Amino acid sequence: MKAKFLVPLVLFLAFAGFLAFGLTLNPREVPSPLIDKPVPAFSLARLDAPETRFGAEDMRGQVWLLNVWASWCVACRQEHPVLVSLARQDVVPIVGLNYKELRGDGGIDMRGVSLEDETARSIQRARRWLADHGDPYALSVLDIDGRVGIDFGVYGVPETFLIDRDGRIRYKHIGPITPENLQQVLLPKIEELKRAG
Amino acid sequence: MQADRSTMWPGLPAWGALALCAALWLSPAQAADAPGEQAPAGGEIAPTAAADPELEKEVMELSHVLRCLVCQNQSIAESNAPLALDLRNQVREQLQAGRSKDDVIDYLVERYGDFVLYEPPFKTSTALLWGGPALLLFGGAGWLAWRLRRRAVELRETVALSATERAQARSLLAGDPAQPPSSPEESRK
Repeated sequence: MKAKFLVPLVLFLAFAGFLAFGLTLNPREVPSPLIDKPVPAFSLARLDAPETRFGAEDMRGQVWLLNVWASWCVACRQEHPVLVSLARQDVVPIVGLNYKELRGDGGIDMRGVSLEDETARSIQRARRWLADHGDPYALSVLDIDGRVGIDFGVYGVPETFLIDRDGRIRYKHIGPITPENLQQVLLPKIEELKRAG
Repeated sequence: MQADRSTMWPGLPAWGALALCAALWLSPAQAADAPGEQAPAGGEIAPTAAADPELEKEVMELSHVLRCLVCQNQSIAESNAPLALDLRNQVREQLQAGRSKDDVIDYLVERYGDFVLYEPPFKTSTALLWGGPALLLFGGAGWLAWRLRRRAVELRETVALSATERAQARSLLAGDPAQPPSSPEESRK
């Protein structure tokens, strides 16, 4: 009863505690509603063979990563060596989703560029980038207009999805994968999913 | 006894409640109304506009309640981020195809989660967000009412003089010095 004057202090501290916890959260990381849902259906042209198409069902029975990238994406450069070394370990196939290669660049005047033009230039740019920086991908597909990206809820490149044998998205990483992310989060999850199958 | 202590505070909870109400209730609306720094949508960056002004009006109405995930304090109507443009086009396309506004909202929530909605839906996880301000307001008002009523009772009890005190006062006023001033009743000052 005597300590009643402490009530506002306690309330303040509780409130400050909530705010302090809030500060540790990253507002840029919006949790995906697609976790544990089936991979959105898509059918896109392959970067290495544009006349053939690739869809998520082609990966059925395998644990795989879908990595959203583009040559104009600066953060992708940062994560690229991590992907290259992961690919070398040969633990999981990585499929690249090349996201809006040309129109996402921002520095290119897209007026009067036909879809054929855009596709051809996208392929050229993407291939050159992979030749320069190394290609960690089992294959890459071209999402010219970013429509498939929307189906995946992509809002910033790079993003990486971990997909299980049954074709369900089990984990989403937003932003560049650091070596720590890979060792501490991704690899254990991959191992777990591979064992589960 | 503790009455004087607590009289220092009664304003506080009500104030706190008001401030919190203001913070919780007003901020989303304010954020949505805040004039964007960038040029409004429909400028040269968003050349695709439906020819039908009715449809375009609906697109814009819907775009104003959807949050851009890139610049999170702007709606997809205000933002010029490429994603906002793509999403506006999606909204337009789907409305054009005859889908209802709810369908379009569901489509985006399926992909981006409740975060795309400026107005969070009422769920168990958001119950405190929606109910909190009312809870604080009515809780604070209730507490204040209770406190005021109790204080009135306490004041009557402590300030009112007992029969002996009354007699003592009367004799003091009458100028009778024989009676020594008795022990201080409640040192309240």
